[in-house]
Amino acid sequence: MMKQSKTNKMGELRLMKGNEAFAEAAIRAGVDGYFGYPITPQSEVIEYLMAEKPHERTGMVVLQAESEVASINMLYGGGGSGKKVMTSSSSPGISLMQEGLSYMAGGEVPCVVANVVRGGPGLGDIQPAQSDYFQSVKGGGHGDYRLPVLAPSSVQEMSDFVPIAYELAFRYRTPVLIISDGLIGQMMEKVELFDQMPRLTDEEINELYPWATNGKPKGKKRRVITSLDLDPYKLEKHNFKLQSKYKTIEAEEVRCEIIECEDADYIIIAYGSSARISQKAIQLAREEGLKVGLLRPITLWPFPKKPINELVEKGVKGILSVEMSAGQMVEDVKLAVRERTKVEHFGRYGGVIHSPEEVLEALKNQIIGD
Amino acid sequence: MSEITIKDIIKPENIVYEKTSLMTDKSLSYCPGCGHGTTHRLVMEVLEELGQENDTIGVAPVGCSVLAYEFMNIDMQEAAHGRAPAVATAIKRLWPDKIVFTYQGDGDLAAIGTAETIHACNRGEKIVIVFINNGIYGMTGGQMAPTTLPGMKTSTSPYGRDVNSMGNPLKITELIAQLPGTYYVSRQAVHTPSAVRKAKKAIKKAFQNQLDDKPGLSFVEVVSNCNSGWKMEPVASNVWMEENMFPYYELGDIKLEGNLL
Ligand SMILES: Cc1ncc(C[n+]2csc(CCOP(=O)(O)OP(=O)(O)O)c2C)c(N)n1
Ligand code: SF4
Ligand SMILES: [Mg+2]
Repeated sequence: MMKQSKTNKMGELRLMKGNEAFAEAAIRAGVDGYFGYPITPQSEVIEYLMAEKPHERTGMVVLQAESEVASINMLYGGGGSGKKVMTSSSSPGISLMQEGLSYMAGGEVPCVVANVVRGGPGLGDIQPAQSDYFQSVKGGGHGDYRLPVLAPSSVQEMSDFVPIAYELAFRYRTPVLIISDGLIGQMMEKVELFDQMPRLTDEEINELYPWATNGKPKGKKRRVITSLDLDPYKLEKHNFKLQSKYKTIEAEEVRCEIIECEDADYIIIAYGSSARISQKAIQLAREEGLKVGLLRPITLWPFPKKPINELVEKGVKGILSVEMSAGQMVEDVKLAVRERTKVEHFGRYGGVIHSPEEVLEALKNQIIGD
Repeated sequence: MSEITIKDIIKPENIVYEKTSLMTDKSLSYCPGCGHGTTHRLVMEVLEELGQENDTIGVAPVGCSVLAYEFMNIDMQEAAHGRAPAVATAIKRLWPDKIVFTYQGDGDLAAIGTAETIHACNRGEKIVIVFINNGIYGMTGGQMAPTTLPGMKTSTSPYGRDVNSMGNPLKITELIAQLPGTYYVSRQAVHTPSAVRKAKKAIKKAFQNQLDDKPGLSFVEVVSNCNSGWKMEPVASNVWMEENMFPYYELGDIKLEGNLL
């Protein structure tokens, strides 16, 4: 369906912050427009883009909007006209975007939105957190909708997930969220960049996206982007269509990484930064002779229920859900496990990052016991 | 001599005026006598006369004209309440050769969307904004708008707008005219044939500016009645508008070719 060339890598290595790798990936993925408003810890995205002059490299438009409300509605306009559009922000800014995201889910407008999550609630702090899980995977704005959510756990994935996100966004005509946190956004790592992909020409856009509103084609019907239908029966029908799309996404698009689970008695489930920390924790556990594995959800929605179910059926003795929150993802883990084995949550939050030792300690205390 | 029937009159040689093909055949959802319908028609006539039907993207607001896309036979997007200028900004930036306009009410443009309006104007986005000022929230049943006149009764100012506690009517058009980003700013009306002719000229100038890639945004306010919201007969509402709205919202051009008049 997509005329989307696969990414090519030619060994182009760079040492970059996660936010910078994400911005560079946007240019290379052939994004047409970035619209954003500064907020720590992700302002490097727009700073990098402004400094790079992507207009000279690919013709990409970069605009600093007056607010996140404006940014997300710029994405509505741009995405609705068939262009690849992007914004990034951090928690308070993403909260402001929820009305717009709901309109885009309803109007089936593709776009990519990155949330470099910080501690909350409210203004919170500027330290890493994972407490926007509910908002990301349960809808976020008003109405019955879901958004695909990708959770990178390295600077490499901050780059690699950008083209994947666009493939999902246009295949399913939906906004796609990339959820990282202040740790991944700010840390520097080696990243292998993919080669520049061409931006679609206006002719290609018209051919690929006949729904896009960019001027009524001669002799054809006009196009409309809207989320409104005042007839409840028609709106219900539109909702049926959305729900069946979400079913397809749940069936087709689950991604997760399974590490050292073959022989594991106990499993840690963690995504993003928490997965990095937990990977160290399972290493420490194995040094002590404890057989612990890690399941890392890469898509937070759709949630990897099936792989979790398979581990439960294999007879794991307990699962620790580790997240820099007061316990949000653990609810989805419990829904997948259905009381067949013990499930507990562990995590520091409000911007505090747990150590691998704390995770191991929690695993011993809450799951393994004595 | 047999009687002349309507069939004898409707003949191509007798046509003096036709509905523009850029209006769909759907019957308008507006109250009889409301200025929204006339203004829709003017915008569509102008786009047809300029030959832009295949190169224009319109952005509808939330307000009585939320369904503008049902009546305007061109590519359209329906924006969230107040956000049309942001939506239009991105479309224009990404499709610079296309014509892009928003069509917004006073609540949409001058209350919830004030930031988007001011910043799109201030950036000098090369779009057209058509602004219907009826001094009230028509769609939601006649609540007070930022443009409601002092003393004017609405469902949320049932004893009349008290400027001490509710603020003064906002002259958003004069405000954005101060910004270097606006190129053409005009205030018109559509309640009489001569007003309609003037309004059409202003709307045409606004779109012509965009076609000519003039530096900045073109903004046309149309002071209009909301006979339902004002709880008046259509004709009485036009008289009331002339007597009360026009002295506060003076008709005419405010800024031409980037220069305040
Ligand atoms: C976020 C949001 N807040 C409130 C509303 C309710 N609402 C719909 S239209 C409207 C006011 C419209 O008034 P105006 O822009 O003056 O348009 P008119 O109907 O007078 O043409 C309001 C408050 C909404 N749809 N969305
Ligand atoms: S409520 Fe007012 S603005 Fe809306 S259609 Fe009726 S007269 Fe026009
Ligand atoms: Mg109004």
